Amino acid sequence: MMLKGYARENGTFGIRNHLLIIPASVCAVEVANRIAVKVSAISLPHQHGCCQMGADFRQTVRTLTGFGCNPNVGAVLVVGLGCEGIQADQIAHEIEKTGKEASFITIQDCGGTTKTVEQGIHIASKMAENLSLMKRATFPLNHLILGMECGGSDPTSGIVANPAIGIASDLLVSMGGSSILSETTEVIGAEHILAERFYDSKERAKFLDMVSKVEKRALAVGEDLRGSQPTPGNIQGGLSTIEEKSLGCMHKAGNTTPFLGALEYGEPVPTTKPGLYFMDTPGEDIDSITGMVAGGAQLIVFTTGRGTPTGCPIAPVIKITGNPETYRNMEENIDVNGGKVILGECTLDSVGKEIFEKMIAVANGELTKAEKLGHKEFGIYRIGYTF
Amino acid sequence: MNPILKLHEKDNVGTCLRKLEAQETILFDEFSITVKECIPQYHKIALKYIPIHNPVYKYGQIIGLATEEIFQGDYVHVHNIESMRGRGDKKEEC
Repeated sequence: MMLKGYARENGTFGIRNHLLIIPASVCAVEVANRIAVKVSAISLPHQHGCCQMGADFRQTVRTLTGFGCNPNVGAVLVVGLGCEGIQADQIAHEIEKTGKEASFITIQDCGGTTKTVEQGIHIASKMAENLSLMKRATFPLNHLILGMECGGSDPTSGIVANPAIGIASDLLVSMGGSSILSETTEVIGAEHILAERFYDSKERAKFLDMVSKVEKRALAVGEDLRGSQPTPGNIQGGLSTIEEKSLGCMHKAGNTTPFLGALEYGEPVPTTKPGLYFMDTPGEDIDSITGMVAGGAQLIVFTTGRGTPTGCPIAPVIKITGNPETYRNMEENIDVNGGKVILGECTLDSVGKEIFEKMIAVANGELTKAEKLGHKEFGIYRIGYTF
Repeated sequence: MNPILKLHEKDNVGTCLRKLEAQETILFDEFSITVKECIPQYHKIALKYIPIHNPVYKYGQIIGLATEEIFQGDYVHVHNIESMRGRGDKKEEC
């Protein structure tokens, strides 16, 4: 199958053509936002980038760089303060290796807020002009990377919505594309089933280690995980334990497709080896989606039982619910109504195919409801302290 | 459509596809279940007797342990089942 998207210099294809303004740290967020507004670009407001250490620091760097490298982004301006831990020039140079236009400025070099905003607008306007001249070109479906997420789950998620995107994911992978199952917390209690689908013993061990580390981190808090996972809303919806939630979540990965590997948060999906992957992200939706998009996912499918508006700054998010009442209540935010299955009005297979067709339409340019409403939630998964 | 959905033959709880009223009798798998108390839509009902500390099965898998005796027709949720995972509150007992 062929799709229509934006060809990037490194052989990847974007399904959107965004100009991205990346603040290197929280200190540059306001300036980056002001530049983005003036040139109709997208900024990534975040609270990090300074006084971080070790794996936590590297994860934040990997996330910001990954967003710049994502094929949905056509050009990047990195804005730094100048003295922070994450240096703007390093991020820009890493992104530049993909062949796309990437530049950087710092507030201390430019001489304050006003001059930096002026200089930023000057650079970003030229980038915007170049991007506006690009046209969509055809590309084979095996370049498409799908990220899968569930949030605000209720029992209908595990019975309808997650198995339905499992059908769509299996179909995508069988046609040569890639798909990512995420949310390590929501694997607790279901890891024995998923582990059987890792045929590479090293990758299987890596996957099980990721689950074990997350559980140990929760145990270290010294309290019952319940109330945090499942959340109060999950419980109100009818989910009683993390095991029950996980056993529903895992259906997003379909039934039979083997896992090729377990990726770190924001680690690039190997473009030379398309297929199904697991990524070590938290159950919290925004951080999880951010990790998958930093890893190269151009498209997100998101199931919800209770309803949620979540989007992503650079990747379209397709929302699906298996709960007919939630669809009626939040139709404004939800693209696919899987509630018809619970009502006995259609089959799970037909909703799976409807999701796949929606994925193809959105990849070719159709806007999702989250895009139309301007949702751009962004959050970096922190695994350390701020010093 | 039966208002109770059993996902796996091993399961001892089912999902209520609509709100079930107390004392309602539902024919299920050739036997009838009397609903003991009102159960909200999509929440769980016990399909058989589950002794205290015994596993609760959904999807054919263990979703937790009974914290009290659960009888057929009982509402099954956080008040009578607990998770076995992520229990930092029970760390010293482990």
